[in-house]
Amino acid sequence: MSESLRYIQAVNAALTWALDSRTDTIYFGEDVALPGGPFGATKGLHKRFGSERIFDTPVSETGFLGMALGAAMTGLRPIAEIMYADFSFVAMDQIVNQIATIHYSSAGRWKAPLVIRMQQGYSPGACAQHSHSPEAYFAHTPGLRVALPATPDDAYQMLRTAVVSDDPVVVAEARMLYPTRGPVRTDAPVEPVGGARVVRPGTDVTVVAWSRMVSAALDAAGTLAEEGIDVEVVDLRWLNPLDFDTVAASVARTGRLVVAHEANLTGGFGAEIAARAATECFTDLRAPIARVAAPDVPMPAAPALQAVVVPEAATVADAVRRTVRA
Amino acid sequence: MGQLDDYRLMARIRRFEERLTALKDAGEIPGSIHLCNGQEAIPVGACRALRDGDHVTATYRGHGWAIARGVDLAGLFAEMMGRDSALCGGRAASPYLSDPGRWFVGENSIVGAGVPIATGAALTAQRTGSGAVSVVSIGDGAMNQGNVHEALNLAAVLDLPLVLVVENNVYSEMSRISDMVRVKQLAERAAGYGLPARVVDGNDPDAVAEAVTEAVDRAREGSGPSIVEAMTERLVGHYSGDVQHYRPAGEIAAARQREPLARIRQAADADLTARLDAIDAEVAAEIETAVTAARAVPHPDPATAEEHVYV
Repeated sequence: MSESLRYIQAVNAALTWALDSRTDTIYFGEDVALPGGPFGATKGLHKRFGSERIFDTPVSETGFLGMALGAAMTGLRPIAEIMYADFSFVAMDQIVNQIATIHYSSAGRWKAPLVIRMQQGYSPGACAQHSHSPEAYFAHTPGLRVALPATPDDAYQMLRTAVVSDDPVVVAEARMLYPTRGPVRTDAPVEPVGGARVVRPGTDVTVVAWSRMVSAALDAAGTLAEEGIDVEVVDLRWLNPLDFDTVAASVARTGRLVVAHEANLTGGFGAEIAARAATECFTDLRAPIARVAAPDVPMPAAPALQAVVVPEAATVADAVRRTVRA
Repeated sequence: MGQLDDYRLMARIRRFEERLTALKDAGEIPGSIHLCNGQEAIPVGACRALRDGDHVTATYRGHGWAIARGVDLAGLFAEMMGRDSALCGGRAASPYLSDPGRWFVGENSIVGAGVPIATGAALTAQRTGSGAVSVVSIGDGAMNQGNVHEALNLAAVLDLPLVLVVENNVYSEMSRISDMVRVKQLAERAAGYGLPARVVDGNDPDAVAEAVTEAVDRAREGSGPSIVEAMTERLVGHYSGDVQHYRPAGEIAAARQREPLARIRQAADADLTARLDAIDAEVAAEIETAVTAARAVPHPDPATAEEHVYV
């Protein structure tokens, strides 16, 4: 069965599924219960499941992420919401030193089955402190699974996967994708973690993207097809576990690689993909690897400035043209 | 539990750490260690208030809490020796060890970070109706951490079964706590969270047990968190290499007259002294047995270094 849902509705459906099907799941964060979340992700959940299962917290990200860890270690499966990914930085100790570490440092005797749900990326007029794409920080941290759903269906499937995972999972959605609509397989079985996906087959060049940049890459591929360039688009989906095999297989077919993300360039996860490709796909590559990213600046708020900072389909298309002509 | 039981448990903690120091000096302990010499009455008194299933969270100065909660001595030595211990397989060592089998959520090397985690254990107890409480220990310096502030307010608004034990040993790492706060007692901070608090003599296990029992009973009946500030003194440095040049002359010598084991000895008649001597001998033998057992634990297999990152 497939329903046509907006991305944000798919998130809501996944959370409804989680609270409905797993009595050990609880949900908390800022303004998530009575207000229903600033974007409506948790709309109706408090009415349906009550304060025992979903509740509002003080504005205390460190406090409630640590609380999620302690609850996860002692038997619950919490989902904690960080309203904007930027706010995770005030709680990095709990994420990096505590949540990511406890399973390893106890030789597997404690588990931390929790989900940190957040949304990231720019939106018109949003300042530097509401526009970060921090996925590389989380992907750099051993112990965390990192999911970046790019479609309504993945918003539903990957969040459910995160909920049943026995490892801590950061699910970073893209606010700009919330209004997008697509088919959602609401009766699909829960998928295992991981797995990149070829979302558009092509022969000339591989574009690896995730989150909002997947749709930008697909738009670029449409434009480039009219120019005779056949682009293969890989939606990486999970940065951890990283399915590099799918990337390598694609590069083996196309011989060219472009990596596209909204986060700024230096130390972005694109650098990891490029490094892996340079090592593992060396003999397949016929052109230098290109990276598409925001320049190394804090995100400006003014739309006139964002227009030259935020990578879009045209940015991807330019990089592909340069790579194909190299 | 009577005075002799308290003495035995406090002596076990003291002897454990003295032996640990000797092992450190002999090169058998690779990392830094933070001792609770002088503070033993706090975990011993507090754990008297607890049942099986109640969670305890401590700090890197948490050996006393682990031992008071019944964590295996040989396992503790082996873990601190960097061996493949049954506790954490050599991945945690002295400042970050834990033991789910004894409901010991564990130590923490980030000051104050255990309080949010202990709040989570309290949340589980509340939501599952288990009747358990969550006790968390911090030092005086941790009261200036944001994580403690956030967790206390969170626990307060959610009425969680949490008991915060502040071990005020007068030093915030290597600086006097009186230079770091404008309140006379850290317990005064409780008013800011709408929580009850008590200040007790942290060198008296009975005083600690009485106050923590009151707080635990309150938590168990659903009346929310409490704070117990236990006043004590550190007989040793902040960490194993701390020469304590910042402490005034005579301060440690005076503290040695007031520490919990010395107090019991000072008040003891000849008969009690003989019984305490016997306990000391039994504890020393028990510690040596544990050291011997720990030395027999192999070092972790290097091939397993990447195991347990994920479930």
